[in-house]
Amino acid sequence: MTEQNGIQDVVRAEHVSKSFGPVNALEDINLSVRKGEVLGLIGDNGAGKSTLIKILTGFHQPDEGRLLFEGEPIELRSVTHARSLGIETVFQDLAMVNDLPVYLNLHLNAELVHKPLPFLRRREMKRRAREALDSIGIDIPSVTAEVGQLSGGQRQAIAVARSVYAEAKLLLLDEPLAAMGAKEGGLILRLLSELKERGDIAIILIAHNYSQVVDVCDRVNLLQHGKITFDKRSKDTSVAELLELVHAEYRLSDVP
Amino acid sequence: MTRAVTSKGSGRKDQPDQRSEHARGPGIPFWQGLIRIKELSILLVTIAAGIYFSVTSVGFNSAENYQTIAQYLAPWAIIAAGQVMLLICAEIDLSAGFVFTLAPFILILFYNNGLPLFLALVGAVLMCTGIGVINGLIRTWLNIPSFITTLGMAFLLQGISLIISNGSPVSAPTDSWVVDVFGGSQWSELIWALVIVAVMQTILSATRFGVYTKATGGNLVGAAESGIRTKRVKIINFAVISTFAGFAGILQGIRVGSFDPTNGGFNTMFFAVAAAVIGGTTLLGGSGTVVGALLGALLLGIVYDGFNLTGVSANAFNVVLGIAILVAMTLNVYMTVLRKRISSPRRSV
Repeated sequence: MTEQNGIQDVVRAEHVSKSFGPVNALEDINLSVRKGEVLGLIGDNGAGKSTLIKILTGFHQPDEGRLLFEGEPIELRSVTHARSLGIETVFQDLAMVNDLPVYLNLHLNAELVHKPLPFLRRREMKRRAREALDSIGIDIPSVTAEVGQLSGGQRQAIAVARSVYAEAKLLLLDEPLAAMGAKEGGLILRLLSELKERGDIAIILIAHNYSQVVDVCDRVNLLQHGKITFDKRSKDTSVAELLELVHAEYRLSDVP
Repeated sequence: MTRAVTSKGSGRKDQPDQRSEHARGPGIPFWQGLIRIKELSILLVTIAAGIYFSVTSVGFNSAENYQTIAQYLAPWAIIAAGQVMLLICAEIDLSAGFVFTLAPFILILFYNNGLPLFLALVGAVLMCTGIGVINGLIRTWLNIPSFITTLGMAFLLQGISLIISNGSPVSAPTDSWVVDVFGGSQWSELIWALVIVAVMQTILSATRFGVYTKATGGNLVGAAESGIRTKRVKIINFAVISTFAGFAGILQGIRVGSFDPTNGGFNTMFFAVAAAVIGGTTLLGGSGTVVGALLGALLLGIVYDGFNLTGVSANAFNVVLGIAILVAMTLNVYMTVLRKRISSPRRSV
């Protein structure tokens, strides 16, 4: 069933598997996230988090299993295809081009052009970029500044703003808080809570900081060796339990 | 911001001002998008070199000499227009100079087999496009670095040029409107160069393909994750430079009146790279301008010509060229740092 309490799953993965040569990156993954819900995805490095994200975003195709988007089975052919449906991703490396100004990064691969002559509509893109940033409360000095001049937190915020601006239905965030100071991380967390309150977007967040995950997410999934081994609502779990689960794995594997 | 604010705030219906605000966009001077500090500095150096040689050598300021300079710079500027796009993609084409060499012989091959001159020219240029596509495919699908791919292609093409020409020059076709349009008439080569530079600069700074090219070189993985087909962008740019290189080779051959298998080569290719680098393109990808490369080619042309006129040997020219590249590269690096420091945080839109 995709309907639960009248709220539909935005995306649902059923029995998804993926291997790269001899490596089984993902095995029989079942995962779903609803509108207005923030799902936390945690797990050690190499557990398959990024592979899962890349499948949900059309970058990789699953070997087995299927995806349902808004209740309909779908094969995501490419990132562009996924984006056209409203699946937006903020990757670890942000997919930001340092040499391009903020407004062009916000419109990357979705540039506005005149017709019939395909020239860029720079003024309009600048105006919309300013509007998009203002609407979610991101303070960037100038939309014409090159992204390379901005701080890590600002870049991350722009990457999130880009997805929201593109009217994402599903937003995938691949470790947006890694390599970020407390203040800048706070900026992103505030942004996420704001999006959650708007309630029109489903979010999957990959993170390493479990207290942040418990704070921001509605539900937590733990990925271990390509399998989802844990699925609980945040209020039914705790940081201690999550740490225990992840560390238990090490204690077992440490036995000679 | 100031301009927009004052024109609106004063409340006067100042038509010309309103219109200029419209054309410029809020707060951004019109020229800023076209010429940045890098291009401005190279322009100043070029003017300074022009003034120096006007003063020191008698024949510098004459129509014939300007034409000589144009003959030097045209092929460099045309090839550089393609090379800049490729360098912005973080790739390089070392074979362009030998496409330049080979193209006229492909033309002759078609022409001698009964094709009309114009179609032979189009066919030859298209063959060159094909060479570029092959470079691009080897680079992207076999994942061979472009330096190696195009080095191999360079020697391959040099060999083919020597084989089909038997190592000796052939005289170019004459007596056709095609000859006049493509290199024969006085300023034809320069006009083609200016048109190509204008078109490529427009594509680079005002179209989606320009943005894709910068994104591909600036953040390859990120561009791909955004759904930009980076391999296609690279292949197209490889095709573009080969097309231009072949076209430049044909223009020069027709102007000189003979097709020479020892013409072009690494020398021509590296002059184009030098023009690009002096004009502010880095080899790291992500940034550069075609107009800058044109100015770089102009500077090289003026210095080359000036040295000839003043009787300084070609050896000294190479010393100057070397220093110019090193200084330009250093300036590039430090200008970028400076530019970042100058553009203080301010809200402009």
